[in-house]
Amino acid sequence: MAGLHKSDFKNPVVNWIDTRLPVFTMMQKEYGVFPTPKNFNYFWNFGALAMVNLMIMIATGIFLAMNYTPHVTMAFDSVERIMRDVNYGWMLRYAHANGASMFFIVTYIHIFRGLYYGSYKAPRELLWMLGVVILLLMMATAFMGYVLPWGQMSYWGATVITNLFSAIPVVGDSIVTWLWGGFSVDNPTLNRFFSLHYLLPFVLVGVIFLHIAALHITGSNNPLGIDVKSEQDTLPFHPYYTIKDSVGICVYLIVFAVLVFFAPNFFSAPDNYIQANPLVTPAEIVPEWYFLPFYAILRSVPNKLGGVSMMFGAIAVLFVLPWLDTSPVRSAKFRPIYRILFWVLVVAVIALGMVGAHRPEGAWVTIGRLATLYYFLHFLVILPVLGKLERPLPLPESISRPVIGGGPLPAGATAKPMEKV
Amino acid sequence: MRILRFAAVAALVGAFALPAMAADEVIELPHQKWSFDGVFGTYDRAAAQRGFQVYKEVCSACHSMKEGYYRDLKGIGLDEKQIAAIAASVTIPIIGDDGQPAERPGLPADHFHSPFPNDNAARAANNGALPPDLSVMEKARVGGPDYIYALLTGFADPPAGFKMSDGMYYNKVFPGHQIKMPKPLSDGQVTYADGTPASTEQMAHDVATFLTYVANPEMEQRKRLGVKAILFLVLLTGVTYAVKRKVWANVHH
Ligand code: HEC
Ligand code: HEM
Repeated sequence: MAGLHKSDFKNPVVNWIDTRLPVFTMMQKEYGVFPTPKNFNYFWNFGALAMVNLMIMIATGIFLAMNYTPHVTMAFDSVERIMRDVNYGWMLRYAHANGASMFFIVTYIHIFRGLYYGSYKAPRELLWMLGVVILLLMMATAFMGYVLPWGQMSYWGATVITNLFSAIPVVGDSIVTWLWGGFSVDNPTLNRFFSLHYLLPFVLVGVIFLHIAALHITGSNNPLGIDVKSEQDTLPFHPYYTIKDSVGICVYLIVFAVLVFFAPNFFSAPDNYIQANPLVTPAEIVPEWYFLPFYAILRSVPNKLGGVSMMFGAIAVLFVLPWLDTSPVRSAKFRPIYRILFWVLVVAVIALGMVGAHRPEGAWVTIGRLATLYYFLHFLVILPVLGKLERPLPLPESISRPVIGGGPLPAGATAKPMEKV
Repeated sequence: MRILRFAAVAALVGAFALPAMAADEVIELPHQKWSFDGVFGTYDRAAAQRGFQVYKEVCSACHSMKEGYYRDLKGIGLDEKQIAAIAASVTIPIIGDDGQPAERPGLPADHFHSPFPNDNAARAANNGALPPDLSVMEKARVGGPDYIYALLTGFADPPAGFKMSDGMYYNKVFPGHQIKMPKPLSDGQVTYADGTPASTEQMAHDVATFLTYVANPEMEQRKRLGVKAILFLVLLTGVTYAVKRKVWANVHH
């Protein structure tokens, strides 16, 4: 229904705009007074951190693109030119390169936070699935971005990863040729990767918008994993969480700054400072660290198609996780067995990361297979069964009354039930 | 070292996965003392200038360094006159106004002159091996300056029984121990303008300092800015945290 919005804002300009396009009211509702559980710990910072990180990536990326040349004979030199001739170009590039690592650090912590506190469970299934889509988009973006400086790892990484699609029966080879735009990774590949690397972050922005829209329908989960019962359980987002997120952002920026200013090549492979050469295969082709667990899963299956399926399967299980976990209790705090198995999963994933960084020889093969096995067992067998067997600890009655049988309710705690948001 | 780095990331990020480093046959690279190490490290100007002399008199006969400019030499303490003279000592091929190939003297804004017009010429003159460009060599090898130093001082006679191929030279740290670069430095190879005795180790150390500078000309500015940025952020974190405490003071858990 059309009609002007009745705005409560006093400032005449704000009011004028808000009457016609109530963005101020929306911000006020979604970020100002938005009722947020009051018991968040600092793990709830990481969504906001990811958001800040994405903005940094887009900002630095746009300026890099102004000086970058997507051509096989010029890309490597153009990156060096950015480092040397563009004002603060070294800062742009180091911030963008390390920003990608920071983005994955932050997002992986964000995801494990969700796993620990059961944030994927009803009613947040769709929110979680949008998160997995975000993860996939991030991976695609990072992968194509890594190809752009056209170093040896760019080239050979792109070759190995795109070649995975050749495992698809019958049409595999045609798909690879189609992806490459030719018969090997070459100028057409570089060009399309640049185009897509510029495009995907904006697709990310769109999906993240949906992710947050969904979050604001269900409301946030919290460390206890129980629903918000009354206004007593919540605080307005502003100023409580704006300031708490600001603390997290400051700490995050310190870590980021240490990397950019003092260890800018900490995460990067030395080989990528050698210009791509299709005739020389590097001794070791290792993807960026954030892909290593998946790379390890890929390599722990002797069959190519099998490996590729398992690798994509590792993410597919996350997609259906809300239906795999049968326990009605969200937070691991109240799930004595799940709490342990969560850490086993963390160890398995770290082990996979280490396996991915080593040549598949000797003990690494065994460790890789065991960790892969556990990864899938965890999601496909343990979680469905555990939910039925495990006896959860007694849940608190509400967030503001954390322990059952705890002290008397504070005055006013029985006030009106939470408004529907 | 590797383990330490693993531990550092783990501590830093709650450990998810690890920097991509592999290589199973680990060759020890003894860590040298570098003026540019550490948070406040800067380039030792005298060492870098000596290193430039080694590069100019020895390495540049075979290796290009095409990402760097003559004007970059300002960063190791040479003045504009010196730089102009160094640049002018090379000739740059151009197409003249009459459309015919011609030459002009180099300018400070020119890239370091490459010894060969193209890769094939470089290979032809080097027994089939391409001397790699040195612009970012320091960043392109595990160990950085320590590797360059160890490589240049690592030439030796092959151990008994080691089978050498034709036209190869034994080197302790080069992967596979056979390199197509002839031992470039021997004691007294250059005569340093500042009188420093030119031992192989001294020259290797100096040229590694210079190559680190060429690969990271922004390093000093980067670290200076980094110290300021981090001090500011630490302060900001403190203030923000104090405000947070104040805002949350009235919330009962
Ligand atoms: C006679 C020509 C020649 C001279 C002089 C020379 N190099 Fe080389 N250099 C080569 C060749 C050829 C290679 C390639 C070797 C190979 O790939 O086996 C090489 C390779 C290298 C490498 C790379 C090794 C690796 O890990 O791949 C470095 C670093 C290097 N040279 C540094 C220097 C420095 C520093 C100097 C000056 C002190 C120098 N070179 C002088 C010919 C030369
Ligand atoms: C670009 C990456 C991402 C951004 C910018 C982002 C942003 C956010 C923000 C701002 C929040 C609210 C604050 C918070 O709870 O921390 C949030 C919540 C959430 N995100 Fe993400 N997210 C990203 C990726 C992901 C991924 C990859 C997943 C899962 C696979 C995910 C799952 C969730 C879930 C389940 C919630 C609700 C959490 C809760 O309230 O308990 N997110 N996200």
